[in-house]
Amino acid sequence: MIMKTLILGTASAAFLMACGGGDTAAVKEKTSEAVNETAEKMTGGDIRVVGSSTVYPFSTKVAQEFKNKTGYNVVVESTGSGGGHKLFCSGADATTPDITNSSRRQKKSEFDNCVKNNVGDVVEVKIGFDGIVLANAVDAAVMNMSLKDVYMAFAKEIPTSDTDCTMQENPYTMWSEINPELPSVKIEAYGPPPTSGTRDAFVEIAMEGGAKSVACMAELLKADKKAFANNAHTLREDGKWIDAGENDNALVQTLVNTPTAVGVFGYSFLDQNADKIKGANIDGTAPEFENIAAGDYHVARSLYFYIKKSHVDMTPGLQEFALEFTSDAAVGPGGYLEEIGLVPLPDADRAAVRATVENMTPYSQ
Amino acid sequence: MTDTSFTSEAALKRLKKRRGKEWRFRIWGRAAIGFALAALAWLLISIVGTGYTAFQQNFMTLEFELSESVLAPDGTRDPEKLRGANYRRIVQTTMYELFPEVTDRKAKQELFGLTSASGATNKLRQMVYNNPELIGQTINVTVPASDQIDQLLKGYIKRDTDESRRKVSDQQIAWADTLKERGVIKKKFNRILFMNPDSRDPELAGIASAVIGSVMILVVAFVLAFPIGVGAAIYLDEFAPKNKFTDFIEININNLAAVPSIVFGLLGLAVFLNFMGMPRSIPLVGGMVLALRVFPTITIATRSALQGVSPSIVDGALSLGASHTQAVFQQKLPLAGPGILTGSIIGMAQALGETAPLLMIGMVAFVTEVPNSITEPATALPVQIFLWSDSAERAWAERTSAAIIVLLVVLITMNGFAIWLRNRLEQRR
Repeated sequence: MIMKTLILGTASAAFLMACGGGDTAAVKEKTSEAVNETAEKMTGGDIRVVGSSTVYPFSTKVAQEFKNKTGYNVVVESTGSGGGHKLFCSGADATTPDITNSSRRQKKSEFDNCVKNNVGDVVEVKIGFDGIVLANAVDAAVMNMSLKDVYMAFAKEIPTSDTDCTMQENPYTMWSEINPELPSVKIEAYGPPPTSGTRDAFVEIAMEGGAKSVACMAELLKADKKAFANNAHTLREDGKWIDAGENDNALVQTLVNTPTAVGVFGYSFLDQNADKIKGANIDGTAPEFENIAAGDYHVARSLYFYIKKSHVDMTPGLQEFALEFTSDAAVGPGGYLEEIGLVPLPDADRAAVRATVENMTPYSQ
Repeated sequence: MTDTSFTSEAALKRLKKRRGKEWRFRIWGRAAIGFALAALAWLLISIVGTGYTAFQQNFMTLEFELSESVLAPDGTRDPEKLRGANYRRIVQTTMYELFPEVTDRKAKQELFGLTSASGATNKLRQMVYNNPELIGQTINVTVPASDQIDQLLKGYIKRDTDESRRKVSDQQIAWADTLKERGVIKKKFNRILFMNPDSRDPELAGIASAVIGSVMILVVAFVLAFPIGVGAAIYLDEFAPKNKFTDFIEININNLAAVPSIVFGLLGLAVFLNFMGMPRSIPLVGGMVLALRVFPTITIATRSALQGVSPSIVDGALSLGASHTQAVFQQKLPLAGPGILTGSIIGMAQALGETAPLLMIGMVAFVTEVPNSITEPATALPVQIFLWSDSAERAWAERTSAAIIVLLVVLITMNGFAIWLRNRLEQRR
């Protein structure tokens, strides 16, 4: 009986609502306005962070510590670097994010978008380094490669010789064909898809770096920057380079199951899975913490976050959060972010970054 | 003349052929079911196999001396000021006292690493914040062991791996074993997993905020989608004129049910967030988006339930003088009730598993607090599973599986409830 009344009740309510179509729209609008107001009151106080999935683990760790120490609520969203900049630069009102994380520097176009939407001053904060590693299964052969080998293995088109920059389709199928010292296994790499910040960094640092070491490509760089970047940024499409999903744990599993394959990902996954995979030495340097910190390991990128200066007065705790993020307890040597894989900046750089946050010095491009 | 009797050789041959066909069909049917069951069993075994260990966790019971000289050198008892005090030092002192012979700085750091640094400091911080009078006392507190030690004692970190290739040193293994013998480290039921909100540290992470977020989303989705879906179905089926326009609407509703869910997320982003200006990451918007997702399912289920009611019942009501509306609402609808409810519950179960639309409206987020209302930032259980599965630390693997187990249990309960309800309501008639 209760069931019957319930069904009848809801159904007839819906029917009545459907009859008075015009009124419902008005009612809905009013409720949404009311909801908006309350929502703003309730979430306006939170510090909102968006952006890179690479910085996400570090940002959430700081959010958690900060919440415990001060009671301020921080909501961190993982949207990817590009998505983060888009949201961040969409405007300056209270509903837009206060901070965006980025695993690369803000692009000129993104900065211009910020200017166009009157976002106002933006403070750039560098938090540390992250190494990008090429790794294979722990019991597979050790790879000692140069950046040039990496470029030769993965570029879609490569120069015919060091001096002749007539492009040809990449002919290599085995590592040993590129460099006799490399193992004679077929080239097969799993790496991040083009939407990922890790991919951007990989092509900019490793592929461009490798291309530059070819004499005629270095000349091309001087003559035609665009053509150079086009060549270095285009990876093979013949199945030797495979865009793996964003899930790096699955990638580690793939490498264990396919000992001939190499994978490209962030240093923290190598650090956590050292019993399953090992990193390739690049230009004679192993992807180890000390080497990345000292700048000896070449495939490393900087991680950043960007603060909306106008929100410092609007969002309580925002500057304090940024200060916590740049404190020695967090990003310093032995800090809690180092424990989860962030490589700290040199002392002098850290002091400079700290000063930027204290004074909220805006940056420009 | 051909023999037409049923016992002739030709007839028997045909009979044999027919039986053979039937037999083969049965075998195929059983093989299909067997395959489905095997796939299900494989899924359950692999998930439960990696996940069950997360329901227990290693804890350390330690004696902490909350000395005033460290926490409140200026003698303050103001809880806000005490929040920022140096609890790490207190935890360090306690850990160093476990093995007083350790003096080397690096070894001390490793010793400190046995406990969950942020778990222990925050527990003390909370206790002192709630009761500043604790300062100066020595208290016994149970805190989680660090995720690495937990993984070691559960056997996920192999002891025979070369020391340089694992996150736990030989020295730490020896310490952990000693502490286990001494009774300092004990394995207990993992309440944290159910009571805590999300955390960056696996040993402190729980699903509480995600579960509550999911419940809020489902309630909003149900309150919106059920009346709209059922109302639309009744109107279309019973009252709408049959013409090209209503046919068009019908086709569109059927199409809507098959649209990939990410599209609803994009719609939600465009309409609720960008146009109506609602905030990101709140369960209200999540519920509204998922209401769009499940309302076609509910409409379709309702219509098929209504069409399943014998027309003689409506005819009978009409012939006794009931109006059309009376006949539909008093006779037809109650009979269709079980079907409608089952369809709705299955629709809600679908909504519970959705991640893609929530991605677009900012619910893939790290939220440190259990939400109190539908307008506070929250996340949902499938989103939490997605985020955990992509984290580097080894300890996340078992927690991801544990969260999947919880999600599966909830789904099975919901579907089981739908079946139970249908049987019960059908019996009553």
